[in-house]
Amino acid sequence: MRQNHDPKKPTHLKQLEAESIHILREVAASFSNPVMMYSIGKDSSVMLHLAIKAFYPAKPPFPLLHVDTLWKFREMIEFRDRRVKELGVDLIVHTNPEGIEMGINPFIHGSKIHTDIMKTQALKQALNEGGYDAVIGGARRDEEKSRAKERIFSFRDKHHRWDPKNQRPELWNIFNTRIERGESVRVFPLSNWTELDIWQYIYLEKIPIVPLYFAKERPVVEFEGAKIMVDDDRMPKELRQKATMQRVRFRTLGCYPLTGAVDSDASTLPEIIKEMLLSRSSEREGRLIDKDQEGSMERKKIEGYF
Amino acid sequence: MSEEILELSKTGNNPQGSLREKIGSDIERYLEEHEKKDLLRFITCGSVDDGKSTLIGRLLYDSKTVLEDQLAAVRNETRKYGTTGEEIDFALLIDGLQSEREQGITIDVAYRFFATGRRKYIIADTPGHEQYTRNMATGASTADLAVILIDARKGVLTQTRRHAYIASLLGIKHIVVAINKMDIVEYSKEVFENIVSDFIKMYEKLDESLSGIIGEKNRSVKVSLDFIPLCALRGDNVVQKSEKMKWYKGKSLLEFLDTVEISADTNLTDFRFPVQYVNRPNPDFRGFCGTIASGRIKRGDEITVLPSGKKSRIKRIVLPSDGSAKKSPYTEEAFAPMAVTLTLEEEIDISRGDMIVKSNDRIETSDTIEAMVVWMDETALQLGKEYEIKRSTTVLDAIFDSIFFKKDVNSWEEMEAKTLQLNEIGKCRLTLTREIACDPYFRIKGTGSFIVIDKMKNHTVAAGMIIDSSRKEESPKRVYTQAEIELNEYIRKHYPEWGCAKIGR
Repeated sequence: MRQNHDPKKPTHLKQLEAESIHILREVAASFSNPVMMYSIGKDSSVMLHLAIKAFYPAKPPFPLLHVDTLWKFREMIEFRDRRVKELGVDLIVHTNPEGIEMGINPFIHGSKIHTDIMKTQALKQALNEGGYDAVIGGARRDEEKSRAKERIFSFRDKHHRWDPKNQRPELWNIFNTRIERGESVRVFPLSNWTELDIWQYIYLEKIPIVPLYFAKERPVVEFEGAKIMVDDDRMPKELRQKATMQRVRFRTLGCYPLTGAVDSDASTLPEIIKEMLLSRSSEREGRLIDKDQEGSMERKKIEGYF
Repeated sequence: MSEEILELSKTGNNPQGSLREKIGSDIERYLEEHEKKDLLRFITCGSVDDGKSTLIGRLLYDSKTVLEDQLAAVRNETRKYGTTGEEIDFALLIDGLQSEREQGITIDVAYRFFATGRRKYIIADTPGHEQYTRNMATGASTADLAVILIDARKGVLTQTRRHAYIASLLGIKHIVVAINKMDIVEYSKEVFENIVSDFIKMYEKLDESLSGIIGEKNRSVKVSLDFIPLCALRGDNVVQKSEKMKWYKGKSLLEFLDTVEISADTNLTDFRFPVQYVNRPNPDFRGFCGTIASGRIKRGDEITVLPSGKKSRIKRIVLPSDGSAKKSPYTEEAFAPMAVTLTLEEEIDISRGDMIVKSNDRIETSDTIEAMVVWMDETALQLGKEYEIKRSTTVLDAIFDSIFFKKDVNSWEEMEAKTLQLNEIGKCRLTLTREIACDPYFRIKGTGSFIVIDKMKNHTVAAGMIIDSSRKEESPKRVYTQAEIELNEYIRKHYPEWGCAKIGR
């Protein structure tokens, strides 16, 4: 980051960075088996960058965990493998074996079943298998209303459930890290970052992100009210045939059949930020799973989805 | 007045018009400006009826933090749960969880974000009811400033006393009293001025009461008080100066928030570095990671490690770094609240929970402390029971020996107590299993604060603010009952030859 004019008056990004680093170090110091969720998206990229910075000159003392639904964009997987190699960090990839056996396909089974089996169930499996006592995630409080009230260190019972009415009070920067065997905490070091902060930090720190965030001519087709990209030939033929080349980009990344593209000319970071600032809709709008009903994320979290 | 606000006030219904133009025409310049913004955290205190959610909704809406799809959702919800008829119910933007939305109340601390041309803001939004002292204390713990809402029709109420007390107890240095619903009192200057004068009178008493507890010497900066008449629903004096209150010469709430000076609030005098994590990737590097709680440190400074008392010098101050060759990871000087890694000239034994201070700083260590404690759990405090306390990165066991008194947050009366119940506040003495370096909370927040954890249930049951280290011999000041005071008076009046001392206040 560029030198600030007066180091005694830290900028908001410097303060957010310091706060996040404090949180990551607290996890490393207090838990025996932590893991960092890595979704390959921009928030994950920022979180990984912060973890690298927090433990310099050592590597982060915890592995990354990616829950692979097998329907992520190919460019995401390429990016993931490249970054892990460059940074020399440990990566664990988990896919729900039952889902593979069932041949779960969002085009056939729909987003709800796909998300439940390949994401929610897969995450629970991965967490149970790993026996992690702390799971670091990239959620931000500005993303969605139910997140605004979630703690930075958020307690989960043996079944990974969140009880929004029975949260531990969280004061100052002192975090209660005590848990029993089998219980865990979700830790959100980016809690106080906004979407703009994330982009600005990526820009200042020159953090690599998946190229799908930048506008480019891509083959897209209308599907359930969103514009989705033809990423492989698992997309039904009749849909693929209707695809046209359009200049689009993605505001969030996930499973390609469930992630809507937006028309855009933004091919640089300042242009993306400009587009975001002038946009009239929030970033989650492109995510098909959130649209079911208001409060749906709250329900998913109580069920154990991050 | 910042540029954007000037722009906002000119454009009326489309407040972001000019800002949008600026972003559109020169995004790089905008980013450069945005990068320099500092951070202000504030808490809003008031109950549902005071229009607190409306005020926050208005700040978010007028600063373009609310987006179209969110607004569409709120319009939908206004029809379902709204209380404002056709107008958008801003409160619905704010009240997060489904369960509480249906009940029409906010039940916990929620954090909101917005930015202006000058600052990024984090609002801790807490409910104002008495049973939520816990939540307000939580929100206040990280706040630089408190906005206390008063309904212009009602004036200073019991809850106002409570809000002011908790904000001050948690060490907030700036209080803005927002006198809302001025439209209902016909924007009357007289109503405003009466409330201001009532509040100031009340606050003087509060200040006296609090200084009596924490001691004048322990308080670093006096609290600043400011008053703004406004109408959140219509937006008068929220972002734009109101046309209806020309008699008010001060700033609008947002102008005030944008310009209030907070950098002086950081203690840059007393260096305190709680060791958080020991980083030793190879035999050549042994670094002590942590967040500077207060003060500043230079390379070469002589330091002492507490509680061991071992001394050394700072060899290097290592900044967070991605290891890129372009910029050096080292710095000559670091300040609170930076997160850094320190290496020392000598190899001495240091572990998490120790504290590094400058050798020429005198700092007391003690295994007994006096503290103001806010109880936050359904299960009441038990004297003599072993709890765990966490003070910055130091974790140790503690026993509550005694309660000097509990404080009524409404009347500020001090009462005798054998326990503290949920949402009660009291002055307590604790015995710790070992000595720790003690700082009064009102001088150094970062090392003067602690949480109390129930070791069986693992709940956070209380929050504490250290007033002083305490020597065991001193017995706590006893609080007498009315009957005892009267008996004492009776004896002194009728049996002066007994030489009975006067008790009570």
